[in-house]
Amino acid sequence: MQLARVIGDIVATRKDEALDGIKLLLLQPLTPDRQAAGRPLVAVDAVGAGVGEEVFFVRGKEASFPFHPVEPPVDASIVGIIDHWDVER
Amino acid sequence: MQIARVVGTVVSTKKHRKFEGAKLMLVQPLNVDDTPRGAALLAVDGAGAGVHEKVLVVLEGRAAGEVLGAKGAPVDAAIIGIVDEVDLAP
Repeated sequence: MQLARVIGDIVATRKDEALDGIKLLLLQPLTPDRQAAGRPLVAVDAVGAGVGEEVFFVRGKEASFPFHPVEPPVDASIVGIIDHWDVER
Repeated sequence: MQIARVVGTVVSTKKHRKFEGAKLMLVQPLNVDDTPRGAALLAVDGAGAGVHEKVLVVLEGRAAGEVLGAKGAPVDAAIIGIVDEVDLAP
């Protein structure tokens, strides 16, 4: 999984029907020092996250698991909202 | 699997139910000379690891799900061991 900040939301009316009712959010992956780590991406939301929150997300096949038995065609899914993290180098 | 260093801990109250009770750690993948490689990532802890420890991380969903003891868990990384020592051939 990776750390990210939710930087926007996405509206898509016409989409795969397995995505009905699923929220699409724009994420900026973060390093533990809150620097941008790579480019923003779109992820579906499995936990009720909102813009401005820090979250963690899973990539790949596992991204569709929270929506079982529906299998939406997605490759990134927010699976937790972060209260805080601590880094000790 | 990859060798990584545990560099932090993450607290998340609101998370997918299959993460209930899981410990979330920030891990920094390492090169064989212990320099950092790539971005730090989040892994669930299946080995009782602590911060600063060198660990073995799986980056694959099914294996990581087994650490959570949950089939179909939306997880893609897990700590599965603590590295005591790495011996490199000269």
